[in-house]
Amino acid sequence: MTASAKRISESERGGHDLGIFDVFLLEALINGILLGGVLALLSLGLNLIFGVIDVVWICYAELIMLGMYGMYFLYTIYHAPIWVAAVICILGVGVLGVMLHVLVIAPLLGAAPINQLLATGGVLFFLQSAATVLFGIEFKNLGLRLPVLKVWGMFVSYSRLLAFAAALIGIVLVYLLLTRTYTGTAIRAIAQDRQIMPLMGVDSRRIYLITSGLGGALAGLAACLLVLQYDVHPFVGLSFGPITFLICVLGSLGNFVGGFAAAFVFAEIISVGGLYLDLEWGYVFAFAFFIVMMFVRPEGLMVRRS
Amino acid sequence: MTRSLPWIGGVALVALPFVYRSPYPLHILIIILIWSFAYTSWSVMGRFGLVSLGHGGFMGIGAYVTALAWNYGHVSPWIGIPLALLAGGGLAALVAYPCFRFRITGHYFALVTLALSGIVLQVITATRDYTGGSLGYTPERYRGGSSLWALQFSEKKTWYLIALAVWAVGLYVWHRVDRSMLRYALEAISEDEDAAAATGVHVTAEKLKITVLSAAMTALAGALYCQYQMFISPDTVSGISVSLQMVFAVVVGGIYVSLGPTIGAVITILMAEVLRISFGTRAVGWDNLVYGVLLVLFIVFLPRGILGSLLNLRRRVGWTSS
Repeated sequence: MTASAKRISESERGGHDLGIFDVFLLEALINGILLGGVLALLSLGLNLIFGVIDVVWICYAELIMLGMYGMYFLYTIYHAPIWVAAVICILGVGVLGVMLHVLVIAPLLGAAPINQLLATGGVLFFLQSAATVLFGIEFKNLGLRLPVLKVWGMFVSYSRLLAFAAALIGIVLVYLLLTRTYTGTAIRAIAQDRQIMPLMGVDSRRIYLITSGLGGALAGLAACLLVLQYDVHPFVGLSFGPITFLICVLGSLGNFVGGFAAAFVFAEIISVGGLYLDLEWGYVFAFAFFIVMMFVRPEGLMVRRS
Repeated sequence: MTRSLPWIGGVALVALPFVYRSPYPLHILIIILIWSFAYTSWSVMGRFGLVSLGHGGFMGIGAYVTALAWNYGHVSPWIGIPLALLAGGGLAALVAYPCFRFRITGHYFALVTLALSGIVLQVITATRDYTGGSLGYTPERYRGGSSLWALQFSEKKTWYLIALAVWAVGLYVWHRVDRSMLRYALEAISEDEDAAAATGVHVTAEKLKITVLSAAMTALAGALYCQYQMFISPDTVSGISVSLQMVFAVVVGGIYVSLGPTIGAVITILMAEVLRISFGTRAVGWDNLVYGVLLVLFIVFLPRGILGSLLNLRRRVGWTSS
């Protein structure tokens, strides 16, 4: 991503010089903001499920991987229009989320929290190897290349702009759903007190199902956006799964605003770190930053302690 | 009878390579022993509810520090392995201290350590100029092939005895922890941290002790694996899947019994081998597929694991021999 931008020499960028900023740095900063939108979307889904059901889906990134395969098959193999493919993909992963809840989480709701975590770890294993067995380990992509926007000598790809815009729209829609509808109010109420709300006439099982479906649908949306930029393979979840967990923990699990802010901080670190070194180093810096933050601001980390 | 059983079993295990020399089963046994030790190392802390998903990272550090020290510094594994243990334990302390100090427990701890193992994988991949990245890494062969100084042996028998000794040490540590004050302190902590602190347990220090111990043991397992296989790659010794594999094997075998992790290693490795032999390359992915489903089923229906449930059953039936 940034590597491809780096390959374009300064001369190709035209004579624009912004003076104060290094144009590469500015480009990396903008790409960081765009990446932040997608990461915020990822952390929103995980946070929603954690906040409401008090369960962490370790296999969240693997649901996204399946969604990306869904997009690949629908668009590239079956030639469905991309919008139709996206809608099917979002709904499909939403259904997967509900299935995950019914089959794995629901029987374990009374068990130790760590058992729920480990069970979704088993699902991670299962999904990864199911994808390996069914689709093989080759990298696949949509074969769709969106044009690149050139502004002031900077290159910003449309796929990133689109992903950012769609992620923001998704986040706003979820916000409206949570604050403006009866179901949304019930979801927020359950997140505040899991014991009392059933006594107030909220059907917690129904709310859990809706939340799982919503969390799955957000993973599906993320899949549609990520597949525009990245190749899909069975282990693609491992490349952004850990970073999503870090973001959620740094922003306090279950805290939407915290997750949102942390997503942008992490995205900038990854993007700017990846500018000077390899992309992997961006992740390494992000993790180092995370550890430092844990020493410095634990209270900002852990608003809701277990 | 029950008291002499471990000794009889031990003697039989030591005598085995002298009477039975077929290399392939011996190789499988060595692999089982090394992984049993790694799983035992995880369960040393895992049994107190300290679920770490970062042990893949510690194992990777153990393997890579030993191999890198040998190849670049020409440092014998006899020094390299202690260095690796220090590195693994040090990283564990660095990450675990703020976690424990600021009461990051349960979910949060698992997530932080999960990220840790992911990051170790990324670092190994990122420093590909030195570590070979995802293509893997091979410690240089010592001139003659076998050397005590380089800790490289061509005889499977030697490796079997080394792995057996390390595995036995792992079990010994498990029992020492089981009989120590640390165990009672940690059990109190896992029940209720505040109550434990109120009774005078230094929560942070006790948790830190067991975590560093467990991480250093896991690093040793990684170093041993590296020295035996003479080939390591980020996917086989580090990362999230290795961490989850450890948790899975321990949960299947039984998390609260000393031989549980070993039983888990036997079951998982034999299963993978049987699948590999009977299906060949078509089996790629199938072993993990079965693992995943079994892990979920075990946690839902048999959370005490196979050995744990059997022992429970025996106790309930009243069929105790001692």
